[in-house]
Amino acid sequence: MLDILLPILLFSALALAVIGAVRRVRLWRQGRPSPVPVIKGLMQVPRRYLVDLHHIVDRDKYISRTHVATAGGFVLAALLAIVVHGFGLDSAILAWVLLAATVSMFVGALFVAKRRNPPPSRLSKGPWMRLPKSLMAFSVGMFMVTLPTAGVLPADAGGWLIALVLAAVVTWGLGEMFFGMTWGGPMKHAFAGALHLAFHRRPERFSSPHNASAARSSGLKALDLDNPDTPLGVEKPADFTWNQLLGFDACVQCGRCEAMCPAFAAGQPLNPKKLIQDMIVGMRNSTDADYYGSPYPGKPIGEHGGSPNGPIVPREGRALVDAETLWSCTTCRACVEECPMMIEHVDAIVDMRRFLTLEHGNTPNKGAEVLDNLIATDNPGGFDPDSRLNWAADLNLPLMADKGEADVLLWLGDGVFDMRNQRTLRALVKVLRAAEVDFAVLGNEERDSGDVARRLGDEATFQTLARRNIRAMSQYRFSRIVTCDPHSFHVLKNEYGELGTAEMPSDYEVYHHSTYINELVKAGSLTFKEWKGGSVTYHDPCYLGRYNGEYEAPRDVLRALGIEVQEMARSGYRSRCCGGGGGAPITDIPGKQRIPDMRMGDVRETGAETVAVGCPQCTAMLEGVVEPRADIKDIAELVADALVAGSSAEKGASNKEASQTQRNVEEVTS
Amino acid sequence: MPLDAQSSNAAGLNVAVLVSIGRHPLTARTRRADQDARAVEMALSLKGASVNLMHAGQHDSDHEEAIRGYLGMGIEEVRLLEQMPEADVVPVLTDALRASSPQLVLTGTRAETGEGSGILPYLLAEALGWPVINGLAAVEKVEKGVATVLQALPRGKRRRLRVRLPAIATVDTSAPSARQSAFGPARRGEFDVQPHASEADAALTQWQIQPARKRPKRLKVIKSSSARDRFKAAAAKSDGGGGQLLNDVTPEQGAEAIFKLLREEGVLR
Repeated sequence: MLDILLPILLFSALALAVIGAVRRVRLWRQGRPSPVPVIKGLMQVPRRYLVDLHHIVDRDKYISRTHVATAGGFVLAALLAIVVHGFGLDSAILAWVLLAATVSMFVGALFVAKRRNPPPSRLSKGPWMRLPKSLMAFSVGMFMVTLPTAGVLPADAGGWLIALVLAAVVTWGLGEMFFGMTWGGPMKHAFAGALHLAFHRRPERFSSPHNASAARSSGLKALDLDNPDTPLGVEKPADFTWNQLLGFDACVQCGRCEAMCPAFAAGQPLNPKKLIQDMIVGMRNSTDADYYGSPYPGKPIGEHGGSPNGPIVPREGRALVDAETLWSCTTCRACVEECPMMIEHVDAIVDMRRFLTLEHGNTPNKGAEVLDNLIATDNPGGFDPDSRLNWAADLNLPLMADKGEADVLLWLGDGVFDMRNQRTLRALVKVLRAAEVDFAVLGNEERDSGDVARRLGDEATFQTLARRNIRAMSQYRFSRIVTCDPHSFHVLKNEYGELGTAEMPSDYEVYHHSTYINELVKAGSLTFKEWKGGSVTYHDPCYLGRYNGEYEAPRDVLRALGIEVQEMARSGYRSRCCGGGGGAPITDIPGKQRIPDMRMGDVRETGAETVAVGCPQCTAMLEGVVEPRADIKDIAELVADALVAGSSAEKGASNKEASQTQRNVEEVTS
Repeated sequence: MPLDAQSSNAAGLNVAVLVSIGRHPLTARTRRADQDARAVEMALSLKGASVNLMHAGQHDSDHEEAIRGYLGMGIEEVRLLEQMPEADVVPVLTDALRASSPQLVLTGTRAETGEGSGILPYLLAEALGWPVINGLAAVEKVEKGVATVLQALPRGKRRRLRVRLPAIATVDTSAPSARQSAFGPARRGEFDVQPHASEADAALTQWQIQPARKRPKRLKVIKSSSARDRFKAAAAKSDGGGGQLLNDVTPEQGAEAIFKLLREEGVLR
């Protein structure tokens, strides 16, 4: 009897899966068009899956191995089941392989079940709790019905009652694995995930050598503001591009993003996992009532819902997501770095913020004021743009306007208006002079890099600032830019390129000061005295580490100083944000605790007396934590303090003399 | 009703807002003028009122960008009464207001560019024969052609006034601050450009315009020797000092008093 029943079950499940797939694709196609190479993309899926994606999944060894056994077993079992049972190919060898595949899948399913007993809070419950049982149903059912084919049991063993029970188990398994895959069950992640890999919005993340880390492609994509028909950001789910919607649908609700999100940990109303699920809720025209994971802190589940063409954040009242959820994000990209489905959360958040700022004019708290200042004074604090170099009145910094060309363009950033960061800048200038670097600054021609404006969704102001900076820089010749601000570093390096023109190309060679100092150290231009300062830990800035993959240079510099870095539990690509990115200190969404306090807690656990940083934002955020706490020192300060007054000091002295005479001359002529 | 409450229902009210080109105090870049933007905000907060923006001035790219700052607050169109540079805009605005007959005209207390004397609303009121209120803080209600409004007085005081419409009202920094100007609506907003004959302001052409300097403050000489008095003097807000309060005087007596003061201060010689 099973001989007849099995092909019917298999092929009807497959047919339903195909119908479901068509429906699912139509859901995604509600989004905006986005051209992709279809055939090429599909061809790349195996490599992207087995190599690039595995790289990320393998960060959690337990689930990585479980997944290899379960998914590998399932794919093999499913294909063979179609051949053996669907088409009735009576091959004992294939049947034995099929048996082995189901055993592998069953073992995997046991580990899936074990992980969910009890489920950690980051995992979703609901239908996901059913999944291990369904996996077992499929593997056990398939194993049993294959035994006769393999010749272990006679074809008519057990009588029709057993056959009926087996048929029911197989139906359950097929229902979850084939039907559920395209109709929206937990297995949907396999179908959407594979296509997401094929049509990923940032194909650069898959380029060789294998390293799918988010750092490979982290620059935001520009809006075409010259075209008046360009939609300004995302108002409704259907405003996302179709492959973004596809990406959201690939979410497997593992909650790795939730576990890493600093805003979630601080009790701010953001949970990246829920945000992605809400986008799917909107795409499917429903409510979040059938979401079984952690909510946005402080926001009960079941109150929000939306539709593909309804607003995500309405001007008044409630829809899919509340504005404060979007403004809680520090754009630290911890979620993107962590996501095993390579979903781009930060892109989506900035897309929605763009709409709120550019169309609603609704940037919360100090947002509007900061943007107004950026427009009127080119810096977020509203300071006089002609006072940019006031802090360096005694340093006699060489100006690009005077020199015309230099080896290094020193990008100072908006930290020039901040007294704390001025200390860092002074230290950096001291280091550059000690190494006899030929550098110059733009002075009053420099403007805010546009980073904050862009993260606050004001693409128009970002592009204005960026174009004016590009124009200012195009007048001068320099071989590289060095900056101590990772935000400027990221924007100059990764986001200005798109805005250049043929006459004014904007592809710069940009160095964070830690990278540049490291090169100077390697070249032997700096000599240090012995380190006597006690234990030190290092805090990775998000925009240097996760955005640009620079984890080693700052540590190399610290090592060169003779410091043994006491690593925090969360460091490197898992470093916790200081809370200062993405305009979060400006929009200032309240939570239960502050992100920098949590980060300082991480520092405290290492017992370090000093925390080395490489970012003015991190410095400001961490120094805002109440004492007693570790001292905060920028890498440039540590290096400057350790400089030996040796051969380079002599030159330093002669430099000083030179500047002295120059000043005297000026006095005489004036 | 609490003071400074949310402005209430004003269905069918026709509000005209006169807007000018602003100038950032530090960088001198053109922008939406702060007080005029507050006037637009006040008009937008009147529920159900129809808001018409009006600007008399030149039509060039620099000015257009500044005017778009107002449109970005969510306004679809601005009427631009085109004028020559340094023209006297009072006649053209008088004509335009008389023709469009709004019930309420809102504007900032003084412009950030040009003469910036703050006299324009008074000249318009005189020409149109309408009452003028300065320091409007809130419009509480509008009933049967009479508006109940709050006027801001120094030191956070408020005075409730009833005024027969049509009227002109000016807002200053005691009015609620303007909402954010958004790029999308600013880009979409339209200009209804109406060329008008300009009347050259003969006096203005004679003037020499230069950036304002901070006026020197009079030194406060504290004679008292006790620490308490010195502290009080240091902590007290400068009130302008002196001055006299005239109650129930005839306009002639009032004018006489003002004339006397101006002569004492050396403004008139």
